[in-house]
Amino acid sequence: MSSDPTAAPIGPVPGGARVDERHESATLPGYVRLWWQGVKAGELGTLPIIFGLVLIVLTFSILDDKFLTERNFTNLLLQMAAVATIAIGVVFVLLIGEIDLSVAFVSAVGAVVMTLLLRPDDPGWPWWAAVGVALLVTTTIGLAQALVITKAGVPSFVVTLAGLLIWSGVVLILTTQYSTAGTIRIQDDRVVGIANDFLPEFWGWVLAIVVVVAYAAIQLRTAIARRSRGLAGKPTVLIVLQTLGLALVTLAAVWYLNQDRGVPQVIVILGVFLLFWSFIASRTRFGRHVYAVGGSAEAARRAGIDVDRVRIAVFMISGFMAGAGGIMLASRLRSVATNTGGGNLLLLVIAAAVIGGTSLFGGVGRVIAALLGALVIASIQNGMDLMGLASGTKFVITGLVLLGAVLIDAFAKRRRAARGGV
Amino acid sequence: MADTPLLEVKNASKAFGAVQALYKVDFEVLPGEVMALVGDNGAGKSTLIKGIAGIYPFDQGEVLVEGETVHIHGPRDAARLGIEIVYQDLSLADNLDVVANMFLGRERLLGGVVLDESSMERSAGETLESLSVTTLKSVRQAVAGLSGGQRQSVAVAKAVMWNSRVVILDEPTAALGVAQTRQVLNLVRTLAEKGLAVVIVTHNLHDVFEVAERITVLRLGQRVAQFEREKTTQQEVVHAITAGKLDHVPGMEAGAPAAVAEAEAEAGAEVEA
Repeated sequence: MSSDPTAAPIGPVPGGARVDERHESATLPGYVRLWWQGVKAGELGTLPIIFGLVLIVLTFSILDDKFLTERNFTNLLLQMAAVATIAIGVVFVLLIGEIDLSVAFVSAVGAVVMTLLLRPDDPGWPWWAAVGVALLVTTTIGLAQALVITKAGVPSFVVTLAGLLIWSGVVLILTTQYSTAGTIRIQDDRVVGIANDFLPEFWGWVLAIVVVVAYAAIQLRTAIARRSRGLAGKPTVLIVLQTLGLALVTLAAVWYLNQDRGVPQVIVILGVFLLFWSFIASRTRFGRHVYAVGGSAEAARRAGIDVDRVRIAVFMISGFMAGAGGIMLASRLRSVATNTGGGNLLLLVIAAAVIGGTSLFGGVGRVIAALLGALVIASIQNGMDLMGLASGTKFVITGLVLLGAVLIDAFAKRRRAARGGV
Repeated sequence: MADTPLLEVKNASKAFGAVQALYKVDFEVLPGEVMALVGDNGAGKSTLIKGIAGIYPFDQGEVLVEGETVHIHGPRDAARLGIEIVYQDLSLADNLDVVANMFLGRERLLGGVVLDESSMERSAGETLESLSVTTLKSVRQAVAGLSGGQRQSVAVAKAVMWNSRVVILDEPTAALGVAQTRQVLNLVRTLAEKGLAVVIVTHNLHDVFEVAERITVLRLGQRVAQFEREKTTQQEVVHAITAGKLDHVPGMEAGAPAAVAEAEAEAGAEVEA
């Protein structure tokens, strides 16, 4: 190989693995084995959360027989939707290793702006214009905060903490100025319908079937395209098993929801958001850069990525999703009030993102974490409400669950670091 | 070996405020050659490669690629000219897999939107194979799970993927064990055999004598010696690093002994950025 006598022959280092393992993932046992190796190395993915969710559902269904009823399942989804929506934006912020403490009150600003624009004859805007402007406002808030963070170099923690105070003040000012009792009702049927309408039974089924078929088609197409290029594709057996699993869960959920009022419209909206942002995060160049900035901002910068632009875009996403979630919340309550965005909304949203498996250290997590985390939070809240626990107890338990999730994250990070050591 | 240097720096000077970090330095590397750039802390090694990379452009002097004067104003210009720099372990994102790292910032797209994962994965695999990097389990493995040598190999492969002609490695073996160092040095030889011009910046003379054809020694911002490996010894290189004769004294070409001492004290204060 080399004419140079001092150069040793090139080959695997003692103890190095064989090349053949590259194609190991093409068979089912091989795929499972590699996945398990990843888990042991700290790539936990959604494993702890799904385990936790099953545990929570089992616990509450034993403790309270109302927990698993159709009605309660529907309510649980309705409670969860807005939290999950806002948490999607928070997942992006956590992915770049930053934090956004302003989301709850930014969501409230969105809700209040929309509600004010909708007031009959004053100015009585159509629903789409009011919603559009509200989202524009919250996205702009995200932009403004991001500009301070990136251009002035102030940590996002401080900037968004200031934002938390500012936007809570703005909500208070607007709601007290435009109402006498501190509550402004939403009278537009379309907007109220966002969180209070349900799909007819038939369309619920159609939706479930479309989701399952589309999932199978995308998975198969990717695997076939990879194999045709000589790369290891996901084993077909696994795709079939996963599709069956998804079909089972989706069809059972739709059947159950149809026993009550049907599939909530807000869940369809949430589903669209989840699909869209998952696509952005995992399949586009921007998404790749988001992960890179979170993993190592220095490496990203050296690779020619405009790190500040990625940061700004991410905070705008956070603002936009906060606005969307705020509108869902307002729609569900059919009003906004002086305390909109207050309470424990912020904590629930950030807890949802973290419990769902998004690392606080940046660079690790998926958009679906927002949904899984929100499901856990909503299940716990809902279950404890059914059992009639005192507020104090509920806070303590929710806090313990969050602590557990953070500990799992820290533990997994240590495992990853141990493997990554020289 | 061709006679025109692939990369040549002529008469380069750079000052940071009152500190003369580089003074009238000439540097060159031929295609198919491994050139070692050695010197003590503060000798100006980093300043020189950062100047070539366009991170801190030189105050004076010119850079030539294949005999033609070029103007480099940033890493992107350097990349366009085929000059890639591999920094000590700083160019990889731990959370991304090998493929994502190798294409970071230059991802291939399908239809202008979707990442073309299979095409990137294939090219990454091919590049690694062509460099005889065979110890990776999978190119879809996160970089966090790699050994130091594997990480360095990925960083190098990332650099040579872009039809680069000049690869500059900054302390490539600084944090590595024996087997890992071996692996990286083999990789360095492979690069040179492919006809690339390779510059290896290092403190480790053992590595230098193992892979380099020629050795450029910087001291206090000046080039004090250039050796051919075959015709020199470690002692000679060490002597040049610690006590090489300075030809110029900034601001005082005559070079009186007192002025030399003063210049040395001044240049010694330089902090390697």
